[in-house]
Amino acid sequence: MSIQTATPSQTVGPFFAFGLPYADGPSVVPEWHPDSIRVHGRVLDGAGEPVPDALVEIWQAGPDGRAPVAEGALVRDGHAFAGFGRCPTDGAGHYWFSTLRPGGAAPHIAVTVFARGLLKPVLTRVYFPGEPGNEADPVLSAVPANRRGTLVAVREGDRSYRFDVRFQGDEETVFFAA
Amino acid sequence: MTPAEATAKETSMSDPHPPYLHPPYKSTVLRAPSQPLVMPAYGPDAIEQSSPVFGHAELNPLDDDLTSQHAGDPLGERIVVTGRVLDSAGRPVPNTLVEVWQANASGRYVHLVDQHPAPLDPNFTGAGRCITDAGGRYRFVTIKPGAYPWKNHENAWRPAHIHFSVFGTAFSQRLVTQMYFPGDPLFALDPIFGSIADEKARERLIARFDIGTTVPEWALGYQWDIVLGATPMEE
Repeated sequence: MSIQTATPSQTVGPFFAFGLPYADGPSVVPEWHPDSIRVHGRVLDGAGEPVPDALVEIWQAGPDGRAPVAEGALVRDGHAFAGFGRCPTDGAGHYWFSTLRPGGAAPHIAVTVFARGLLKPVLTRVYFPGEPGNEADPVLSAVPANRRGTLVAVREGDRSYRFDVRFQGDEETVFFAA
Repeated sequence: MTPAEATAKETSMSDPHPPYLHPPYKSTVLRAPSQPLVMPAYGPDAIEQSSPVFGHAELNPLDDDLTSQHAGDPLGERIVVTGRVLDSAGRPVPNTLVEVWQANASGRYVHLVDQHPAPLDPNFTGAGRCITDAGGRYRFVTIKPGAYPWKNHENAWRPAHIHFSVFGTAFSQRLVTQMYFPGDPLFALDPIFGSIADEKARERLIARFDIGTTVPEWALGYQWDIVLGATPMEE
């Protein structure tokens, strides 16, 4: 049981670009990797406008379905799969990652988004379309059925998936309690 | 009440974090989620129960000394900021990545968007990284940042602060926050600091001046411990 109360969160603010992003952040695997997939999308606010100062982080299992234990998410060697990625959004609110498709019955990627105006991050997951295991996934099936679709990426060809994050609105992304 | 609702209620009672929507901080209005958060049904193997692993070899030796990253000494008041990263049971969290970024002594960030007419310092970038030691301790040498104006409201100024980013042992514990300095007259006027309803919780963001951490003839010392939230399994 908790005996210490957690340190409160504060916004990442508008000025993190020189502190948190790093060159290889979005390339969980190099784009030349034969099994690489692209997961990308936009972060949008309640007016449907792009959020140009968000920071998107992903953390995922490797193709074996297990959480990676390899170091090397900051300094990539092009081979070890460290499973962590970080990408700031650009002026159009766009982010991208080059990564491997995670293994498991219902493959998914954990996503955390920080931004100016977010006093604490939002937590969500990217699932993949057409996966027979999605229906039985405990996390996905606990989401109200009419909102489940916001967690499933849109396939764009063999190796590209689109996942937009909407902070508000009719298609507001499902966010999880920490 | 379902078990999930009961858990949500319990969590909210002890939740030290600010709400998403805090209209005095204007940028929250179009960015705060409006739907209730979903209590995730994480199993013991959920990816959110684990965290990326960062190695000491991935950092440069000067990453934790923000005063030594350029040819000359930066302007301002040199300080040591140190403390421990702890889990919700008070146990140290070793080998976890701590990242910081901040304004310089004049209150100016090395960022194109920062238009505050205060001087940049060619000897100060203001970003650092370190990995906690076996006792969960981090330590940075830096410059005390200045307060700076922002456009949230008429005559708005941010209290001096250092941004912190911490990982922990579970991705769901991921924490980004700000460390403040004791006695800042801007606390009562700042809607970001003031977004935390509970006074005791707010005080946990304020570092403690510590003469024992102070290095004689060289730098004042501050202590600030960071406590991570419970992991899903601990709850």
